[in-house]
Amino acid sequence: MCSLALFPPPPAPGDVTLYECHNALVSGHIYEKLPLAFQDQLADLPVLTIPKETLKAHSRLEHSTKPAFIHHQETLWKRCLNAWRDVGMCGVLNEVANAEEADLQWMKTGSSWALALCHWVSSLHGSLFPHLSLCSEDMIAEFSQAVDWAGCSIRAFAWHPHTSKFAVALLDDSIRVYNTNSATVPILKHRLQRNVASMAWKPLCASILAVACQSCVLVWHLDPTSLSTRPSSGCAQVLAYPGHSPVTSLAWAPSGEMLLSASPVDTAMLVWDVSTENCVPLQWFGGGGVTYLAWSPDGSKVLAATPSAVFRVWEAQMWTCERWPTIKGRCQTGCWSPDGSRLLFTVLGESVIYSLSFSEYSGEMQGQVGGSKTASIVADLSETTFETLYGEARIGGEVHSMVWDPSGERLAALIRGNPETPESRTIVAVFRTRNSPVFELLPCGFLQGEPGAQPQLIAFHPCFKKGALLTVCWSTGRISHIPFFFVSAQVPCFSPSPSPVVALSSSSASVREQPLFSEL
Amino acid sequence: MHSVPRCLILNICYYHSFILYYCTFMNNVFSFILDSFNDWYTSYVIFCILLMSVVILIISIFNVEFYAVVPSIPCSRLALLGKIIHPRQVIHSVVHAIMGMLVAWCAAVMTKGKFQFLALPCTASESLDGAVQHMCLNEYHLFLLLSGAFMGYNYSLLYLVNNMNYLPFPIIQQYKYLRFRRSLPLLVKRSCVESLYLVRNVCVAHYFFGYIPRAWISTTMDLHTDSKLHPLDTLTGLLDLSLLYHTWLCGVFLLITWHVTWLLFKIYATEAHHFPVQPTFAEETDQCLPKILNSNPPLIIKFLALQDLMLLSQYSPIRRQEVFSLSQPGGHPHNWTAISKECLNLLSDLTQKLIMQQEAAATNGRVKQPSTGELGRSLKEMAFQTQRSNVISRAHMPSLVKSSLLPLKALSTSDLGSSFGSPFSSPALNRKAGILDLNSPWHGSVQSPHVMRRGPKLWTSSSGGDLRFQSPLILLFVLEYCCGRVKLHIRNVARICIFLNLQVFALLLQVRSFLSKRVLIMYFFSKHPEASIQAVFSDAQMHIWALEGLSRLVAASFTEDRFGVVQTTLPVILNTLLTLQEVVDKHFKLPHASSKPPRISGSLMDTSYKTLRFALRASLKTAIYRITTTFGEHLK
Repeated sequence: MCSLALFPPPPAPGDVTLYECHNALVSGHIYEKLPLAFQDQLADLPVLTIPKETLKAHSRLEHSTKPAFIHHQETLWKRCLNAWRDVGMCGVLNEVANAEEADLQWMKTGSSWALALCHWVSSLHGSLFPHLSLCSEDMIAEFSQAVDWAGCSIRAFAWHPHTSKFAVALLDDSIRVYNTNSATVPILKHRLQRNVASMAWKPLCASILAVACQSCVLVWHLDPTSLSTRPSSGCAQVLAYPGHSPVTSLAWAPSGEMLLSASPVDTAMLVWDVSTENCVPLQWFGGGGVTYLAWSPDGSKVLAATPSAVFRVWEAQMWTCERWPTIKGRCQTGCWSPDGSRLLFTVLGESVIYSLSFSEYSGEMQGQVGGSKTASIVADLSETTFETLYGEARIGGEVHSMVWDPSGERLAALIRGNPETPESRTIVAVFRTRNSPVFELLPCGFLQGEPGAQPQLIAFHPCFKKGALLTVCWSTGRISHIPFFFVSAQVPCFSPSPSPVVALSSSSASVREQPLFSEL
Repeated sequence: MHSVPRCLILNICYYHSFILYYCTFMNNVFSFILDSFNDWYTSYVIFCILLMSVVILIISIFNVEFYAVVPSIPCSRLALLGKIIHPRQVIHSVVHAIMGMLVAWCAAVMTKGKFQFLALPCTASESLDGAVQHMCLNEYHLFLLLSGAFMGYNYSLLYLVNNMNYLPFPIIQQYKYLRFRRSLPLLVKRSCVESLYLVRNVCVAHYFFGYIPRAWISTTMDLHTDSKLHPLDTLTGLLDLSLLYHTWLCGVFLLITWHVTWLLFKIYATEAHHFPVQPTFAEETDQCLPKILNSNPPLIIKFLALQDLMLLSQYSPIRRQEVFSLSQPGGHPHNWTAISKECLNLLSDLTQKLIMQQEAAATNGRVKQPSTGELGRSLKEMAFQTQRSNVISRAHMPSLVKSSLLPLKALSTSDLGSSFGSPFSSPALNRKAGILDLNSPWHGSVQSPHVMRRGPKLWTSSSGGDLRFQSPLILLFVLEYCCGRVKLHIRNVARICIFLNLQVFALLLQVRSFLSKRVLIMYFFSKHPEASIQAVFSDAQMHIWALEGLSRLVAASFTEDRFGVVQTTLPVILNTLLTLQEVVDKHFKLPHASSKPPRISGSLMDTSYKTLRFALRASLKTAIYRITTTFGEHLK
């Protein structure tokens, strides 16, 4: 088992982690350049800073056009009808209970009783699943993979699975798409695009971006050749389903046909056929909702975490599931090994990483998930004090989010510090991993940003040739890329190589050089 | 060969046994409810239960007889009307109305009380002389029976209009029980709501026409009307809550049982079936996947086979290995050749169909005169087309697509474009006629652009839809063709023909302008553009599976194909996919084609056939990307 005590101490204050080379993290001044041999690898990746101040706040907070009109007293029946259309039965009861007409005393008391009963029942439901009493913004902040979703300027981040392109969702509900090969930065805005919790690019597709919004899932169709910086909202498909909001997590099938969406309020997760906008709800009561989804890279299994102390692993052929109760809290995050045979997950309230292995997927066992009987602890991340030249550093705590690079050699875990002790801080710990023949987790080091910057989101580049590339979004609004240079021990079984368009432009050495076509 | 549909028959047997289980279960529930306030072990009730089982069996037989994997989409209102008065559909409706009446009768008998009998002794005091007891008509019973018949007929009508006979294949595989459970709440909810509307409609119908059946029944059965009771075709009579409630309950029962039967049939028929790739015994050769794909089995078997191909390419490495294997003596990749050939055939057929449809659409409204050079080229292309090679070579294709649009734009001059899809014409003939008509001298003079441009075509039916109503016009077209063909050979006769052609054409124009002025006729004849596009893509599910199966097999071959059998067909596959991509892209740029799927309301009916073209576009793109990302630089 790996523990934080085995880690090298964090870099000196003021230094920034730059890259990994020869199995050691190198830190230095922020403007320091990479060694010459590696410079061309990162030359075109945009490093940017999006401070919070530059983002415009909402111009209109109210969603309806109501405030623009002069208040006019209508008859009670008309108001009731309107309330019923807008809010439903509760609205009517509220309207009647607050009516000013004097002659309807019995109706007023009756409806206020009914309203009280409604509140009581809903509070009963809420006490069963406490997260249901949160307002939707708090709920997203609670379940988002970003550390400080409500306060930081960057809310979600997603790399394109095949090219060097990423999307960043910002505090002002806009999304920017950065591409290494072009200077145009499309900014996506939509009336329904509010409180973005997660984004995902469609695999095996040029540019379709699914966005989890407060009320629906938006699917943007972006033309990669377009020079427009403001794609119209006509490019967005709206996928809405009653009772399925806010959406906090999305996952595309690695083969690209299906999209899964999950909401902490809805016990069903939805399988969308995006092109036809059909959806199939996969209902499984218990747990009160689904907060986080992770589809294994080989496409065979899906992790679905719930707001209560249970998570499920679905098998993606016949869609049956295995239920895993956890001991302490809900499953916060999880990630799959590249071959889909191992799931690492963390649980709220415990500072350890669990591992769960699955039997080799062969396709002949229909409707079996094939998980092992128990999960084992592979890393202990409890708080550890490091004595450095510059004083004490206390590191450790719960893991907030965790990502595994596509080759399966590096694992990054975003460790949230203990909120009670001021000196403990949020930090990214990087592990070296090996999945076969036996699973191994070895310490690599801590990543440190600029002074005062806390890591917010982490993501691995899906097709970095010389090892792995971790993108970290910091609380200052900075997005930096930290390369790990190493030679991959095994050719990954499912390596998304770049699309041929990119391959043409940068004809770099391929990993597989063996001739494919025989000379006839 | 009769062993091929065995899987379907087996499925249907399962389904029937399930239906039997289910109807006994339903009846048990029903009788349990009755049990609480009735003694139900009467001969009546047992007879009713048997009767209802028979009803459900008959309904499920109709389901089996009427299902379709490719929906028939009426392109105009006239076609819809034609579908409704088709004898097959009339039988369907009549039988369903009778079944509805039987269900209502059972419900009435089991409810007892005032609904039980059609004839009751009169309560009126007018028969003072007493000795003769008159029998009076029980209008409640009659109302229930009529409402049952109405509901049955309505169900049959909706079955047709909503294409409920269409079997939509699910987007994810699930166990039967889970699928059933998933659909059940929506089914119950929709049935309850629908029954409410039905009760409303029954009341309205009875208010206006209720006196007819009542008078008829009372005269034929010599029954009197009870003067003490309110007649049910008045407002006060209809506002009987108990009557309305029982009618509604009867409707809910009827709709739920029938819908569940329908749902179970759908689930059983679309369940994934496992076809062996290689026969283990000699007598199983007919049932293995390559054989089925290459033969012409019933359409559902073909669908199931393609679905199985998609599933095996996605989930089953062992069966993929069988596909890539070589035959034992000889070492030929028969399996792969058969499968890939069939998939490519399907895809190139779709390409052809789309080109046809685009050309038809391009003629609608615009007239363009090609130069002679282009004409010559298009003739050459035509010759190429008529060869009808299975795989269209990529090198020729772009020019084909481009240039073949030109002569058919010109087609509108002779209004021949409207004959597309008519049973008498082959595509090549169409084109020939179009080009030759261009040569004729009246080309410029007779055409009246304002007539052409305005309004949709009267008789365009690219889907090969209902053409029975156009037979006189088709005759004219045939005449025209004959003329066109004769022209090919003899110049002199051609002149006469041109004259004839001119006459026919002028006549046609007159008829057309006359007809298009009549609003009612336009209402029936006008084509719904969305419907005709849907009709083109109605069987696109096959193509989607072919695309997915093929592309996944090709992608898997990168690591699993030991003998390199896929490599030989890879260029052809890429050609076909890219050509199709080009044509599909062009299709979505047509003016009528909407680029977004329409919103789907949460209804019970499956409308997925309306959006198949979007699914096809998406899976085509994914298929191309799947192959190119897997092979990457090796494709260069």
